[in-house]
Amino acid sequence: MVGMALPQVAPAETPEIEEVPEDDRPWVTIVWDDPVNLMSYVTWVFQKLFGYSHEKAEKLMLDVHNKGKAVVSSGARERMELDASQLHGYGLWATVDRA
Amino acid sequence: MFRRNGSECVAAFAIDEVRVLRKIAGEVVDLMTDGFDRKDPVVDRLFPDIYPDRPEDSAEFRRYTEGELKTGKIDQAGAILAALPDDGPGEVRLDAETAEAWLRAINDARLAMGTRLDISGDTDLGDELDDAVLHDPASSRVFQLSVYAYLGYLQESLLNALPEID
Repeated sequence: MVGMALPQVAPAETPEIEEVPEDDRPWVTIVWDDPVNLMSYVTWVFQKLFGYSHEKAEKLMLDVHNKGKAVVSSGARERMELDASQLHGYGLWATVDRA
Repeated sequence: MFRRNGSECVAAFAIDEVRVLRKIAGEVVDLMTDGFDRKDPVVDRLFPDIYPDRPEDSAEFRRYTEGELKTGKIDQAGAILAALPDDGPGEVRLDAETAEAWLRAINDARLAMGTRLDISGDTDLGDELDDAVLHDPASSRVFQLSVYAYLGYLQESLLNALPEID
């Protein structure tokens, strides 16, 4: 159940509304569902790596499992790259994208 | 299977288990060293593109991170090899740090095997194993599926034996 990131959707032209400049939008780390990782292991990784409570980690894991993916952290691009890389160290399928 | 004993996770392994665990840990090391091949779907799964629709950015990022990731995975597999008896049955006692290395290494091995065995979200491991046994009980697929299932149980038992994080 591993898929590709959704394509960026270009905003419709609305010149009178002030858009947040693209470069100021935060980035996110996304974890994708995969058929091998144990649910209990994924929950443990979220607790261990992000310091999330068991409840929060389990909810995120279920989002990944049921919806195919979940945003697990957000912030500066470099930070998200570090998160994704650490998640790869644990064997989770992680990517980085714009929020 | 692992159980908690004081601050340690403890398991008694039969000789066949020791040999299988040594084999799969050795295979992970090989995959990260001599056997490393970017075109291998297992490598693709263990080192996924960080930007799926921007291959150049992914490659750039990989240049800076891949070495460290590889080293981490070799060290994790090494933690399994270091804790096991050389050849023969025996007890393994893991502190929290080593238990984490084992969890990660078992997971790497399961990802590698799961990719090779074409495990998908719809796969029922029991059915898969029954089919393989029916086809040829002495086949390599029966062995691989059995080891894959065993590693899942072992990983789960180790997760349950860990001290609470909270």
